[in-house]
Amino acid sequence: MRNTFADTFYELGKADPRLAVVVADISPAGSIAKFRQEFPDRFINTGVAEQVMIGLCAGMALRGMRPFAYTIATFALYRTFEFVRDDLCYQDLPVTVVGIGGGVTYSTLGGTHHAMEDVAIAAAMPNMQVVAPCDPAETAAATRFLAVESAHPTYLRLGKAGEPDLTKGAVDRFEFGKVRYLKKGRDTCILSYGPMAKMAFDVAARLEAERQETVSVVSCHTLKPLDRDGIAAALGSHRRVVVIEELVPHGGLGARVKEIAWEVRADCDVRTFSLRDEFIHAYGSHNDLLAAHGLTTETVLAGLR
Amino acid sequence: MNARGHNRFDVAAARRRCKAYRRRILDISQTVGALHIAPAFSCLEIVDVVYHGLMRKGDDGADVDRFLMSKGHGCMAQYAILEDLGVLDERELELYCKPGGRLGAHPDYGVPGIEASTGSLGHGLGMAAGMAYADKLQNIESVIYCLVGDGEMQEGSIWEAVMMAPNLGLGGLVAILDFNDYQGLGRTTETHPHFLPMTDKVRSFGWETANVNGHDAAAVHAAIAGRAGDRPFFLVCNTVKGKGVSFMEHAPIWHYRAPSPEEYRQAIGKLTEVSA
Repeated sequence: MRNTFADTFYELGKADPRLAVVVADISPAGSIAKFRQEFPDRFINTGVAEQVMIGLCAGMALRGMRPFAYTIATFALYRTFEFVRDDLCYQDLPVTVVGIGGGVTYSTLGGTHHAMEDVAIAAAMPNMQVVAPCDPAETAAATRFLAVESAHPTYLRLGKAGEPDLTKGAVDRFEFGKVRYLKKGRDTCILSYGPMAKMAFDVAARLEAERQETVSVVSCHTLKPLDRDGIAAALGSHRRVVVIEELVPHGGLGARVKEIAWEVRADCDVRTFSLRDEFIHAYGSHNDLLAAHGLTTETVLAGLR
Repeated sequence: MNARGHNRFDVAAARRRCKAYRRRILDISQTVGALHIAPAFSCLEIVDVVYHGLMRKGDDGADVDRFLMSKGHGCMAQYAILEDLGVLDERELELYCKPGGRLGAHPDYGVPGIEASTGSLGHGLGMAAGMAYADKLQNIESVIYCLVGDGEMQEGSIWEAVMMAPNLGLGGLVAILDFNDYQGLGRTTETHPHFLPMTDKVRSFGWETANVNGHDAAAVHAAIAGRAGDRPFFLVCNTVKGKGVSFMEHAPIWHYRAPSPEEYRQAIGKLTEVSA
């Protein structure tokens, strides 16, 4: 995901001198290193200084550029919160804040490096767009939209590296602000975003093999503005809608889907699965951390009995 | 247009203007409950120099240089000057902090003449650095002026920007410190006994620096117009909070308070041209 972002940014940046990346002491992945070599003026490293990373991006955007701020999610969004809010959101500037390692991706680094609340915090701010692509190809499409078309600040939540391709056989193309069916069924619809789409596919396969259901899998890559009509349609056309997300229970997709279900008087069953509202002192693989939060294919299946 | 980034500057005219601006701000103070008078009076000569003596227009009449009031609570000085320049009209100032108006107690991006939303301290210098850098990348020979306060210098984000600006080779960035030695709870140099010397601190990060009396318009103008300009420039201006009305000077209560009608009459009576 990181590498695909870098490749896409490099290609777009070659053609558009308004694109720049401002990092805070994060070693640039893949093609960003190439971008840095070829366009050293448009690769800025502020060092371990995230507030000025956002301030510089804001100033550059005020003068017509389209900068991307880039660092680990906690530092990109939490350390800088008031700068993101005032400089970017309040002034409604086309700056993308890339948060690497959303959720508990950094599973060996401890709770200080876990962005478990990022989507809720980012989405709470007016003007802010929130995007969390599910695989490398979707990351490329999202990056392209944000670099070329977007007119507003955006929080782009990315995983790390090594995510599987999940969108090869997708029913829909990526369209900013729209839910995207990766696979269509009739009984259960699983909504997720980011790398959790992998778990959504695993749950779908088990439901189909073991319970004879047909299952839709949907990437809700744009958390804000959320495709309310798309969610309402999913609620209206399935007997069960399931949300799986790598986020604390408050302020995420699950809560929004329940709101929409209430508003449209949906008569389907809605089930939501998320991280716990807890700081967990655990280490291991990304899946180990998700499991420590009670988020596994098995626990989701058990919750759907 | 002078490539060095300044205009001709008539000090006597500046003194007359600043007296009129103080008068205008005092007048507005009689129509609203509260406004930051003293923080505007401490930086008035500085902001006047920037607008009248430094910022240039291109051959097409468009602004070349920009000014950010990072200490956003000093914005009455900016509003009065923007009104005088015809950027804001009288009606805008009449509606200051009132329903239907768009001028508040802090500058708001989108209002004519306001380059960025400030007021939350510690934001302006980083944005100004980004603006200067973007202009440099786009071969726009501008100067970005940024006024910061001494209370504001305590924000960590200011020091991130102080550290970063020289790395980017920002000869087009001029930061000016309105050092009135007052912050919310008292004197800055009492809150932080090692606050001074500021020029040494900032110079050690790679800036060109100078120190002048911030009410001596000629000195402010000369220091900025005469800078080397090969790196960012930081000018410490020693100022007096509330300058121009004797009973407001050095009196913390005037940070955010409008004078009563009686106090207003006294203030108007005591207004003089500030010479230094």
